[in-house]
Amino acid sequence: MGGRGVVVAEMTYRDAVARGIAQEMDRDPSVVFLGEDVGAAGGVFKATVGLLDRFGPERVSDTPISEQAILGAAMGAAMTGLRPIAEIMFSDFFAVCWDLVANEIAKTRYMTHGQVALPLVIRTANGGGVRFGAQHSQSVENWAMAVPGLKVVAPSTPRDVVGLLAAAVRDPDPVIFFEQKSLYPTKGDVPDGEIVDTLGTAAVRRHGKDATIVALAAMVPRALEAADVLAGDGVEVTVIDLRSLVPLDVATVAASVVETGHLVTVEENPRLCGWGAEVASIVAEERLFDLDGPIVRVTTPHVPLPAADALEDAALPSVARIVDGVRRSLL
Amino acid sequence: MTELRDRQPAGDAIGPAAPALEVRMAIYKMMVQMRDFEKRAYDLFLQGLVKGTSHLGLGQEAVAAGFAAAMLPSDYTFATYRGHNHTLARGAPMAAVMAELMGRRAGLMAGKGGSMHLTSVEHRMMGSYAIVGAHLTIANGAAWSSKLRRAGEVAVCFFGDGTTNIGAFHEALNLAAVWKLPVVFVCENNRWMEYTPISSVTAVGHPAADRARAYGLDPVLVDGNDADQTYGAARVAIERARSGGGPALIEAETYRHGGHSRADPGKYRPDEEVEAWLARDPIPRYRTRLLGVGVDEAVLVRIEEEAQTAVDAAAREAEASPPPDLSLVEADLWADGGSSWRR
Ligand SMILES: Cc1ncc(C[n+]2csc(CCOP(=O)(O)OP(=O)(O)O)c2C)c(N)n1
Ligand SMILES: [Mg+2]
Repeated sequence: MGGRGVVVAEMTYRDAVARGIAQEMDRDPSVVFLGEDVGAAGGVFKATVGLLDRFGPERVSDTPISEQAILGAAMGAAMTGLRPIAEIMFSDFFAVCWDLVANEIAKTRYMTHGQVALPLVIRTANGGGVRFGAQHSQSVENWAMAVPGLKVVAPSTPRDVVGLLAAAVRDPDPVIFFEQKSLYPTKGDVPDGEIVDTLGTAAVRRHGKDATIVALAAMVPRALEAADVLAGDGVEVTVIDLRSLVPLDVATVAASVVETGHLVTVEENPRLCGWGAEVASIVAEERLFDLDGPIVRVTTPHVPLPAADALEDAALPSVARIVDGVRRSLL
Repeated sequence: MTELRDRQPAGDAIGPAAPALEVRMAIYKMMVQMRDFEKRAYDLFLQGLVKGTSHLGLGQEAVAAGFAAAMLPSDYTFATYRGHNHTLARGAPMAAVMAELMGRRAGLMAGKGGSMHLTSVEHRMMGSYAIVGAHLTIANGAAWSSKLRRAGEVAVCFFGDGTTNIGAFHEALNLAAVWKLPVVFVCENNRWMEYTPISSVTAVGHPAADRARAYGLDPVLVDGNDADQTYGAARVAIERARSGGGPALIEAETYRHGGHSRADPGKYRPDEEVEAWLARDPIPRYRTRLLGVGVDEAVLVRIEEEAQTAVDAAAREAEASPPPDLSLVEADLWADGGSSWRR
């Protein structure tokens, strides 16, 4: 139980997806949902169970394995009065429909001088940690971040799944919603009733004055574990969950860097052009004289993700690498 | 070709009857205006006033006009970079289209889209798309939305012969058929992609019609240089789609008089082929037909003169328009009107 009579239930990240979609479909009849295996099967990750029964086959549509057709349908529907949520089963599959994402959906409002609005959400299972190998594990939020015209969101908790999904659905611009697939079974408290967040607001998950860790999605709980380890050695770190890459909450990051003087970014992206590079460059450009040590990026090495558990664990940022990164930033 | 044509019941291909006279007059007027507009656009390109690129539909006017005449104002058009005619056909003002080609403030999109992206949502011209194939999937989305909203709107999507070999074409056709969407796909088979003939890279003779059966659709092949045929086929397909009968795929055989884009003279095409198709120019052909059914030549001459006057005025207006305000560079990326990616 939470305060003031708000009921709080523990819920998985997976179940929060269905809850978030249902919250928005209940509220707004123009919200429709489509994707592969999302209806009768309830999603390959079982994240959309129950939606077909509740909202019927017109609003919850199973599609052929046609990623371009899925996103084209979402785009055409968004430009003519609906608010579609489209699922791309694995974010790696963006590579087969990137034209729709990067050339059509992202550019159309701009090219048409604002004539066309595209209020749509593309949900996708992103990232590693589940031993699926290189074509079902990559973190590609940096691909989306590089395209002007897309908003990019990645929740780390069940509560944020609901709140940020609601914000994404209500947003007048296209939003790519990255669900981290290793987080699906994780649990967290979700209050009862409607939850609506604000895009572009980072959350400070832990406060400490010695260094700032900026993380996203599955790297947030890992950064919090690293913070516990560091606290055992008397190092108190702030952990910022970015929650959204576009819009980017530069203000929260900058304010923390001013306080701590040290910045470490923790991302699943392969090294080159991962989102941490952008955060680091902004801080270097705008807050250099508030820094008391080097900015450190903890990333996946510049490789595709290997399948074997031992190899994948070695590739993804670990608690030990994050702890080490913070120590290097404190030098 | 004959085989397919023979399989096609004539009544189904050209509709129940010849178009009413006022429809024919409207079609003729549209075709003449498109022709004059695009000839002027070409001149302005050669003068360096139309910048970048432009893809003319000279010779293909009977497709744009015939279909537009069969559409309701609430129906949606999706076109390619070869979309000037389709944009004009839905009623977008000539001056704004010309100004867009010229990169001027008075442009249809204030210069932000250019020739390949003409869009006028007000006229339900939902965009010209320059990545081959994508817009077939987007037209599906508009049709899906119409169906869910029970709006009775039909999406009509134009594309070239070359587009039938890209994956998006096949994804779109299948989904449209499975979902029984009110969408009409119109392949303007002008025999050439950019500089390569479609026949040299395609497994079937009729790139669209021969694929229809794969999606459970009837093949429909029409003479795309005969506006009565395009209009008739459009009427049948659009009304069927509107009444819940699902999608159609129509192949309209036509030819572009000029090159692929810019100042391309199209010299890679055999002379006899070009001459044969010039002899089937849809506009003089239609003019002769109208005279044959008793239309007074003076009426046609007036339409022709008015088109010239309109194009002159549009070109003048476009040329007089200043370049777009530079603030537009960072405008309208997002719904808030701006382009900021940070908070
Ligand atoms: C995906 C993609 N590949 C290639 C091109 C380059 N391109 C532009 S137009 C064109 C020819 C298209 O031919 P067709 O579909 O027959 O249309 P037409 O130009 O004859 O109207 C090509 C290859 C492109 N724009 N998009
Ligand atoms: Mg062609």
